[in-house]
Amino acid sequence: MASTSISRRHFLVAGSTVTGSFVLGLPVFTIARAELADGTFGERQIGYFVEITPKGKVIIGSHQPEIGQGLRTALPMMVAEELDVEWHDVSIRQMPLGIVKTADGYGWKYGGQGVGGSTGLTSNWQFMRHVGAQARHQLIRAAAERLGVSSEACSTRPGYVVCDASNGEIAYADLVEDAAKLDMPEQAPPLKAMRDYRIIGTRRDTIDALDMVTGRSKFGLDTQVDGMRYAVIARSPILNGRVKSFDDAAARKVNGVLDVFTIEGPEPGEPYVILASGVAVVAASTWSAMQGRDALEIEWEPGPNADDSSERFWQENAAMLETTGQIVLDDGDFDAAMADADKVVSRRYEVPFVSHQPMEPQNCFARVEKDYCHIIAPTQMPAGASRAAAAVTGLPRENIRIDMTRVGGGFGRRLTNDYVAEVAMISKQTGWPIQLVWSREDDVKNDFYRPGGLHELRAGVDGDGTVTAWTQRLASGSKYYRRPNMPTENLWQAELYPDDFPRRIIDNFRLEYFHNAIGLPRGSWRAPAHTANAFVIESFLDELAVETGQDPLQLRLDLLGEERELEYDGHGGPTFNPGRVSRLLKFVAERIGYGEVRPAGTGVGIAGHFTFGGYAAHAFEVRVDERGELSIDRIVAAIDCGYAVHPNAVEAQLQGATVDGISVAMGQEITVHNGRVRQSNFHDYPLARITQIPTDFEAHVLNYDETPTGVGEVGIPPVAPALTNAIYAASGVRIRKLPIGDQLRKAMAI
Amino acid sequence: MTSFKVNGQTVTFDGDSETPLLWVLRDHLKLTGTKFSCGMGLCGACVVHLDGRAAASCRIPVATLESRSVTTIEGLAPGDDKLHAVQKAWIELDVAQCGYCQSGQIMAAVDFLERYPEPSDADIDANLSSMLCRCGTYVRIRKAIHRAAEIAREEGRRG
Repeated sequence: MASTSISRRHFLVAGSTVTGSFVLGLPVFTIARAELADGTFGERQIGYFVEITPKGKVIIGSHQPEIGQGLRTALPMMVAEELDVEWHDVSIRQMPLGIVKTADGYGWKYGGQGVGGSTGLTSNWQFMRHVGAQARHQLIRAAAERLGVSSEACSTRPGYVVCDASNGEIAYADLVEDAAKLDMPEQAPPLKAMRDYRIIGTRRDTIDALDMVTGRSKFGLDTQVDGMRYAVIARSPILNGRVKSFDDAAARKVNGVLDVFTIEGPEPGEPYVILASGVAVVAASTWSAMQGRDALEIEWEPGPNADDSSERFWQENAAMLETTGQIVLDDGDFDAAMADADKVVSRRYEVPFVSHQPMEPQNCFARVEKDYCHIIAPTQMPAGASRAAAAVTGLPRENIRIDMTRVGGGFGRRLTNDYVAEVAMISKQTGWPIQLVWSREDDVKNDFYRPGGLHELRAGVDGDGTVTAWTQRLASGSKYYRRPNMPTENLWQAELYPDDFPRRIIDNFRLEYFHNAIGLPRGSWRAPAHTANAFVIESFLDELAVETGQDPLQLRLDLLGEERELEYDGHGGPTFNPGRVSRLLKFVAERIGYGEVRPAGTGVGIAGHFTFGGYAAHAFEVRVDERGELSIDRIVAAIDCGYAVHPNAVEAQLQGATVDGISVAMGQEITVHNGRVRQSNFHDYPLARITQIPTDFEAHVLNYDETPTGVGEVGIPPVAPALTNAIYAASGVRIRKLPIGDQLRKAMAI
Repeated sequence: MTSFKVNGQTVTFDGDSETPLLWVLRDHLKLTGTKFSCGMGLCGACVVHLDGRAAASCRIPVATLESRSVTTIEGLAPGDDKLHAVQKAWIELDVAQCGYCQSGQIMAAVDFLERYPEPSDADIDANLSSMLCRCGTYVRIRKAIHRAAEIAREEGRRG
């Protein structure tokens, strides 16, 4: 393992400036000494992350948002491994956002903070282990100094430094105060070899599970601050509509209502700070605020999207596909290959807009004072929260404290900090500490939805079934539509990931894009465009197999081929190994008994995908009865995340992503009528229920090498196509439009 | 004014009598373990026990609670060393992901197991299908309910 050189000289200035030296791209002080708010240094702390109590308990700082992905456990596992302590002695302490002002902006105090794109683990893999190794090394040096031996003569066992020469053994708890005062060594200590791991890669339970089962875990909405008032906002029900006027006489009569005022919305097309124009109601309790809102009479300025409808959007998508769009990629000679093909297969697939709907609705706490602002946020991106609060308050970011709570689900919704800006506005206006609460209806009707799109896939196949040409043509509402300075010709980049399968596998390969504007705000939804693209690609592969008389699994294996690294420039690269998809497909196919003869009405479907560096495959066995009732009888899921650092959480993520994939395939769709979102709550935006999830559900975590990849999003893209491919195998009904909804019942009634 | 019991303690509430129990618990009694999610009794995140039976606290006006008894997740076990069998099983099976719906899931499971001490998977599905989890912890919930039933039987034998 490479060691990193650290200069002593620079350490002397560290702590008061970040212009010193860097280790792992971070200022040395990040892991050297912990300067506390009052300017003193933590006496029992080695760096910002490791604290050891007099009784030998180890408190590890957790600097990332915990959204249910298990990082609050996985990252301390890395530190504890290298620090060499017993896991049962470890607890965690949530750290706030750490930024420091630099000459050219702001730098990270504790390393990058934020979770998105399945990077939470990988971006901390090296850093967190170094944090533990560095702290252990300081403890060893403190022991060696005390015993008058060299560091090289000392080693550790969990919680103790052991010095062979003097036959001494000193508890970390007795060394930490000395260790905390030591300067940094010239060389960063080496990291452990994987074969020596005792904690990483082993089953560990969620570190704060006791808090969760006793109701003590604090989520955003659980923030309680003295003098806190509660706020709700009546947001424009019309996309990009604005408050024209309002009558708050009745609202102000509601017991507990304290204030009512307008919230200015964004201009159509400008980057979002907040999502919508509206009227804020501030009250002494959440219920009063909600009652006050119900009593408001608001006249809305309809704005540019008042006539928008899903019908218009989908009709235009279909019309666009009759024309020529922007050719964004053109490998080989697609037209010639299609002209030479013995058979051409073409299919269209419709993927709807969907909403995030984490179980914890959006909410946030803010206290805005003249020269200070405190935000307590359930967010995936605390630095974004800091920027949002700065934009609203005008305060320098170093005067804004961002604390993070446990987050009741992220799924990409909390990458955007619109609720932080909203609550900062309300606190600034009123001068009170405010908790902003969104209702479920607020959350369904005001989201950054996953873009909907109409996909056309066409392939040319030669006489022996070899696919010689492939194109994907997509008309959708790009989620990059509101990015600052984004040229129109780059809008496709959010919706088509060019290096995905089958690029570089099918030589004659073309991608074509049409942007179709719609007033629905769009954003990142778990595995963004992968959920749509895996559905259409894996559905089309099945259709190609049927059209050319090939077995769907064998067709995939023939195309994917042997293990090899293909160039992958997008997020999750630099390489894509199609053989790793084959490995998982073969595994799930074998586990589910792919080739077995099944009774009529029963069928198996498979799909696999590469998402942000990780690989997953699913096999579903389903039954469809003569009335079109669907029953999912078996699921086999497998993930290859390189190396599973926290396998229990990897399995949980795979199970959860599979359920999530079923939710979104079965019944979720956001539609617009007269410029308004039609759905409002779980009755018309359904989540999967326990009844839909079979007991016979295997989730396998298959290590591949020694390099962990992300996990949170990897498990979802193959779910919908594996399910719909199984439905076809069981019933002969091909689902080309999501959600499945009542399509099976309708098809079987014919 | 309404007077009722929460986790064994008598409480009184003299605000709007239509206020749902959920908000009385959360905003007034500062018992935040019970969660707000849908506000319409559609998801189960706010489930508490009302006179021993699971009920969605977002749909219970405080006025209906006179002399009744409410148990929340905070009052389910007398202490961390005396967790309920369901809580023990939840930790053992490591059920929670984000954790937000889990108070409701646990309260619903406790009530369910009192009625079905040796449940089948079909019993679980038939009785707990209204309990939603966006993280998709259903696989582990099912296992944890079976495990909780087992723990309860073991504890029963030990007396």
